[in-house]
Amino acid sequence: MQDVLQHLINGISYGSIYALIALGYTMVYGILQMINFAHAEVYMMGSYASFYAAKWLGIENSPGLSTLAILLLTSMISCSILSLAIERFAYRPLRKAPKINSLITAIGVSLLLQFLAQLFFGAQPRAFPTVLENQTLWTFGEVALKTSDVTVFGVSILAMLGLHYLIYHTKTGQAMRAVSANPTSASLMGINVNRTIAATFVVGSSLAGVGSVLVGMRYPKIDPLMGMMIGLKAFVAAVLGGIGSTMGAVLGGLIMGVSEEFVAGYLSSTLRDAIAFGLLIGILLLKPTGLFGRATSEKV
Amino acid sequence: MLWRKPLLIFALISLLGIFLAFAVNDYIQILFLYIVVNSLLALGLNLVNGFTGQFSLGHAGFMAVGAYFAAYASLHWGFLQDGWKALEMILFSLGGGLVAAVFGFIVGQPSLRLKGDYLAIVTLGFGEIIRVILLNIQSLGGAIGISGIAPFPEIHFSTFTINRFLVSFFICMTWGLICFVTLWRLKYSLHGKAFLSIREDEIAAESVGVPTTKLKVRAFVISSFFAGVAGALFAHLTSIITPSSFSFADKSVSSIIMVVLGGMGSLTGSILAAIFVTVLPELLRDLQNLLGIDIRMILFSATLILVMIFRPQGLLGEREIPDFINHFWKKYVRRAS
Repeated sequence: MQDVLQHLINGISYGSIYALIALGYTMVYGILQMINFAHAEVYMMGSYASFYAAKWLGIENSPGLSTLAILLLTSMISCSILSLAIERFAYRPLRKAPKINSLITAIGVSLLLQFLAQLFFGAQPRAFPTVLENQTLWTFGEVALKTSDVTVFGVSILAMLGLHYLIYHTKTGQAMRAVSANPTSASLMGINVNRTIAATFVVGSSLAGVGSVLVGMRYPKIDPLMGMMIGLKAFVAAVLGGIGSTMGAVLGGLIMGVSEEFVAGYLSSTLRDAIAFGLLIGILLLKPTGLFGRATSEKV
Repeated sequence: MLWRKPLLIFALISLLGIFLAFAVNDYIQILFLYIVVNSLLALGLNLVNGFTGQFSLGHAGFMAVGAYFAAYASLHWGFLQDGWKALEMILFSLGGGLVAAVFGFIVGQPSLRLKGDYLAIVTLGFGEIIRVILLNIQSLGGAIGISGIAPFPEIHFSTFTINRFLVSFFICMTWGLICFVTLWRLKYSLHGKAFLSIREDEIAAESVGVPTTKLKVRAFVISSFFAGVAGALFAHLTSIITPSSFSFADKSVSSIIMVVLGGMGSLTGSILAAIFVTVLPELLRDLQNLLGIDIRMILFSATLILVMIFRPQGLLGEREIPDFINHFWKKYVRRAS
């Protein structure tokens, strides 16, 4: 029983990070109908940005709430700038091209960032700065609730609430929903489609930036290839929840995190990464629309 | 047309082989063989990505299957000696291709019902799964892989010897030709038109009675067959294979570059791109040693983006080199006379 509780805590804490990254995939998919493969690399770049920022400011070894805030901010800003550049120079010229072309470009961007990171930052793993002191807040038998778990969960919830407010209670959010429903009629209603799409990229990648700091806090090791696996799992989470639905991405992320934790705990830890592919193939074959996705038939 | 005279082609290829065997050094010879292997991979993938318009990212997996089969078979099941080993290797590379084709069928049957991005992700997943499985099979060497795979043999006749390069050249070239001719004939046949119709408009194709899923699976199987053969030849050329030689970033991406750069649907384009993809890293080797980083992949991914933005149809588009020659002939030479 205590085992189960502990796995549940770990699973939810990791799952909420998946959910943050999955939101980026799902938002871009909702508005452009393309899988932004480079999202995982934006996340990776975010953790490097906060790594270097911490080094530059000399706050690598001074854990505390201010460090957390500074790193979150740097990571969010640098992720946003990077993804704005990607959108402007790689995706926008191809917006009217066949879907397969933007898919190939997205893969190209993702690989380019991966290998550029290896070139500039080195391929060897680095230690992420300590963001918060990891104390045990509460114990119940053998179950321990740690600061990192609480912070990860709290920050993710705050970020998601912020996103919810943005999408449903602001003008920008309304514009995003309109463009996602129909770009042409949205532009006829006076919405600047380009700006709205750029805003979507900024929001999605800021969430990835938040995720990168949170992951760095729990697993303080970063390397240029770190984005691939977590990006893939977040993508699976997005598909599981129904790609294009924000609610689905959150739920998918949590399911993904918890199920992974239980598989690793009770079956075998080598299966940890295999479950993502297994889940993905399973969902796509059985219910390709995911939990919250709507089935749309192609119109001729 | 040149294509209609098989004897002439055979003579030309023999001449090329003899030229390469005696006029250039080992380095260029082995580079040429790699070009043939890469062409085989690119041509096969072009059938799926180019003709049929389905995006597969897992081709490295099928190549791995073919390579492992051929390597294992030639180490454990060899039954011929000396020069006859060449025959055995042809047989095992055929076997590698067939096993890869079976895998292609198993993977393709469920996943080809999906479209576009999803298909890409699922094939990527299967490719990685194949690699992870190979990593975990101890009898296939696990992470160390299989080493000591016999290279192509020399063939001794009573008085003279056909050297190793010529034997490898003829085996690789034969497979290359089989692949090229099969796909060329396919491209200009009714079947090929059906593949193209799926790429152009799947709904329209379905509504005029083209069995889309069935044909997609067929394209996938043929393409994984050639990927398997390419893997088998690759195994004999390198003599050591590990699961990481068939990683996504390495083999799958370079095969996609070849298809996209050459032009989706252009066979001769794929061959041109295979030459580019094989030769470029060699030209950059000095720079690479200087920087100590795999600069090849940076260039490849940048190429991928730039080609998609500035020339999405690739170098040749859907056309073939003979088309260009005919065009040139009609436009300039004939008019002048």
